[in-house]
Amino acid sequence: MAGFPILSVMLLVPLVAGIICLFLDAKAARVLALLATLVDLALGIVLWANFDIGGAQWQFVERVPLFAGFNWALGIDGIALMLIMLSVFLMPICIGASWKSVEKRVGEYMAAFLLMEVLMIGVFTAQDLFLFYIMFEAGLIPMYLIIGVWGGQDRIYASYKFFLYTLLGSVLMLIAMLWMVHEAGTTDIPTLMAYDFSPQAQTWLWLAFFASFAVKMPMWPVHTWLPDAHVQAPTAGSVILAGVLLKMGGYGFIRFSLPMFPEASSQFAWLIFVLSMVAVVYTSLVALVQSDMKKLIAYSSVAHMAIVTIGLFSFNVQGLEGAMVVMLSHGLVSGALFLCVGVIYDRLHTREINRYGGLAINMPKYALFFMLFTMASIGLPGTSGFVGEFLSLAGIYQVSTVTAAVCTTGIILGAAYMLYLYRRVIFGEQKNADAAAMPDIDAREWVMLGSIAAVVLWMGVYPESFLAPMRADIAALDARVSRAEPQSDSRFKLGTPKPADHADHSNHAAAAAPAAPEGGAH
Amino acid sequence: MDFAASLKLVAPEIVLSVTGLVLLLASAWIGDKASRTISLVAVASLAVCAFLVAPLLCGGAMGPDTVVFDGQMRVDAFAAFAKLLIYASAGVALLVAPAYFERLQAMRAEYSVLVLFAVAGMGIMVSATDLLALYIGLELNSLAAYVLAAFLRNDNRSAEAGLKYFVLGALASGILLFGMSLTYGFTGTTSFEGIRAALSGELSMGALFGIIFVLAGLAFKISAVPFHMWTPDVYEGAPTPVTTFFATAPKVAALALTMRVALEAFGMQTGAWQQIVIFAALASIIVGALGAIGQTNIKRLLAYSSINNVGFLLIGLAAATPKGASAMLVYMIIYVAMTIGGFVAVAMFKDANGEQRETLADMAGLSRTRPGLALCFAAVMFSLAGIPPLFGFWGKFVVFQAAVDAGLVLLAVIGIAASVISAFYYIKVVKVMYFDEPAETIQGKSDWVHWALLAIAALFVSPLGYLLTKCLGTLADKAAAALFFAA
Repeated sequence: MAGFPILSVMLLVPLVAGIICLFLDAKAARVLALLATLVDLALGIVLWANFDIGGAQWQFVERVPLFAGFNWALGIDGIALMLIMLSVFLMPICIGASWKSVEKRVGEYMAAFLLMEVLMIGVFTAQDLFLFYIMFEAGLIPMYLIIGVWGGQDRIYASYKFFLYTLLGSVLMLIAMLWMVHEAGTTDIPTLMAYDFSPQAQTWLWLAFFASFAVKMPMWPVHTWLPDAHVQAPTAGSVILAGVLLKMGGYGFIRFSLPMFPEASSQFAWLIFVLSMVAVVYTSLVALVQSDMKKLIAYSSVAHMAIVTIGLFSFNVQGLEGAMVVMLSHGLVSGALFLCVGVIYDRLHTREINRYGGLAINMPKYALFFMLFTMASIGLPGTSGFVGEFLSLAGIYQVSTVTAAVCTTGIILGAAYMLYLYRRVIFGEQKNADAAAMPDIDAREWVMLGSIAAVVLWMGVYPESFLAPMRADIAALDARVSRAEPQSDSRFKLGTPKPADHADHSNHAAAAAPAAPEGGAH
Repeated sequence: MDFAASLKLVAPEIVLSVTGLVLLLASAWIGDKASRTISLVAVASLAVCAFLVAPLLCGGAMGPDTVVFDGQMRVDAFAAFAKLLIYASAGVALLVAPAYFERLQAMRAEYSVLVLFAVAGMGIMVSATDLLALYIGLELNSLAAYVLAAFLRNDNRSAEAGLKYFVLGALASGILLFGMSLTYGFTGTTSFEGIRAALSGELSMGALFGIIFVLAGLAFKISAVPFHMWTPDVYEGAPTPVTTFFATAPKVAALALTMRVALEAFGMQTGAWQQIVIFAALASIIVGALGAIGQTNIKRLLAYSSINNVGFLLIGLAAATPKGASAMLVYMIIYVAMTIGGFVAVAMFKDANGEQRETLADMAGLSRTRPGLALCFAAVMFSLAGIPPLFGFWGKFVVFQAAVDAGLVLLAVIGIAASVISAFYYIKVVKVMYFDEPAETIQGKSDWVHWALLAIAALFVSPLGYLLTKCLGTLADKAAAALFFAA
């Protein structure tokens, strides 16, 4: 693989395809967009296959001094790799989801989506601070157009709100970046990750970055753009928004806030905890009373993202790994749930929960998939949701038992609103004749939902495949932030191992003995 | 420094003046039917001047070799940089004009001549190192500009624009002269070097007033808040090619002049003017942003946008460092490209009868009726809003970087937060073009020259522009180094 600039190629393929799409008619644009995203998926698989687990921290590094003031610098670690895989996996599905539902201005639509893919991969691969910012911020333009041109009724309000909210969040980050570069004298992200800013400076820098990532994430109380944007965006737009764009906020925390400002992160951990606790309980309750399916899932996203933030700021390996798995899992599951909504929206053109009912009778296959994703969203063991939420909560428990307790109620509330949604849509009587007459999912929808379902189960049953590439990076991050670890209130005590009195345990005890003092700490 | 060397350095101004006079005679004898040819000759003369000037910039000319007429002017890399930008903008104004005026049967040969004289004046402005030379250049430029604003003499709006521009411009010149006389009175000299030396100690109250009045007069010319009121009216009323010219060349000239006055003549008293510039910068950003929100005429909207942009440029000046000056120059190039793109596109908004359409409502759904035009205009809008990956972001980036490096973090924070307000109306324009149902009013065919200019501007503000950052940065650094050579 040495020498082949695979990351640049992954950026170039959708870019070129997107430009060509502008000049094509609807049919050709669809095919080209699907091909381009599939090529990128294949490249992503090659990337994963060639990623050397346990090798250098930064792999596939490219560096060309192309611009004044910053470089074309790309490179990935395990964390970025997983998020890139999520992006390239969801993209063909998004194109598939828009295959029939988007009929006007298809070329431009596909171009916007392909541009979005370029920018998403760019965000996760950028190794230069300003290159990251450009990619991060540029995503606003295609998303603004996607919501505004192909969105629902109130699309214009939603697109403005999305654009201005996220822009205001990120401009402050730019000033912070300029200051950091002035101070540290480099724009190289890996170097900056090891640079120690003074604690006072960290406070301000952290807040500036927080403004950006909290909006993107989104955290309560700056989450209000999300329900609007989700509801108005076309199905594929919601999928990409929930699946990948929200992850940019979490990625930002894990790549910038934590390693670059460990002291400030610890200082503000209480803020994150409080906001996350409010988010989990409040948005879950809000989700419970929604009558619009997409809005319900949007609010559930905010609650799930709060589990990500507490995991990130728990300053230990479990929490960080959990946060990453929740991000990946939520990307898949909420994307799939939006697809599920899209499937019936395409048939009945309404998102009102009351218009449906008893779909299990006429759409059994659909009901099955919806059930799986509902369970994954709740966090049923065996699905990806469980792994992430369990690790996150186990991580936060070591730091703040109160936060852990409050956030765990999110799982109960999550079960409440998701099962309530499922009951109203899938079970019960068939109230409306048109809803009862809807045909079950076709092959295209089956492939889309089935592929996500497979990955959700894979991640639920054998998360090691996804955790292994990230392990070394998360351990490094944990080592970096450990010096600032906040005081724990969980009062762990080292237990004394019981004397091995049973004969049949003696072998195990003997083997475990040398490791016991270390193992007890966890 | 002998006289011949001086003449050689002012060769571009001589070329422009002589060409202008010859073309004036030609237009008097041949009449308006030669106006297209005359404008082409004028463009050619600008190109010749650009060739004369370019070596100065590339060689980074500075120091005693560049002093002209015993210190009246200094033709250094900084002047060369500004001149090249002015020539380019004027060239565009000349190329855009024929297609626009001919339909109105108002294409007269004087247009090109007036532009040439204005450009000659601007050349003097940007290289002046003496208050007198400064004033001569400024007035030569202004007088030509007043006439240009009223060029459509049968059109009420154009006449009004010309009159407004004249009255307020004269007032500004008066304020400037008053400031200059105070400065002269308290320093005993009109040369920038002498003023700099005289102001090196403690600042007297009178000299402070001199600085304030000079800056106020210049703020008029660059249309910085609180001296911006004329801009929307003049930009709206003047014919679009003239507005293209006003928003680019004289603005570059006046900004370059302001930089030279502030950093050279008043360079020892940075503290005295820095807060004025900071106020003007923030006020321009905010007023430019808020004022544009309610506009329905696209030319007025772009006028407020130019006020807004001047605010960002002044942030670079407030830094008062070579890096800040260099950032301003880079921003100016990008600003000129965006403005040209914007106004050329406006010139192309015509209905089926060829009438100009200037309201936002006319642009509704443009992306479906004229996708190419809408795409270019949207690129310009996002670029003006400073959204990456468009090149407009780079201008804001370097300016804010200079401010942060100079320790003006708070200024940068407020400035960039206020830029979000301006993003609102830029995306509103995009919304009108992309989200609304087509109004189908804009249908007219466009001249190929307009298309070519728009395409060049759009390519420049597209992400491809980033490939130029190294080259632009080097040139701007050279120019800024020349400006700070005396300092």
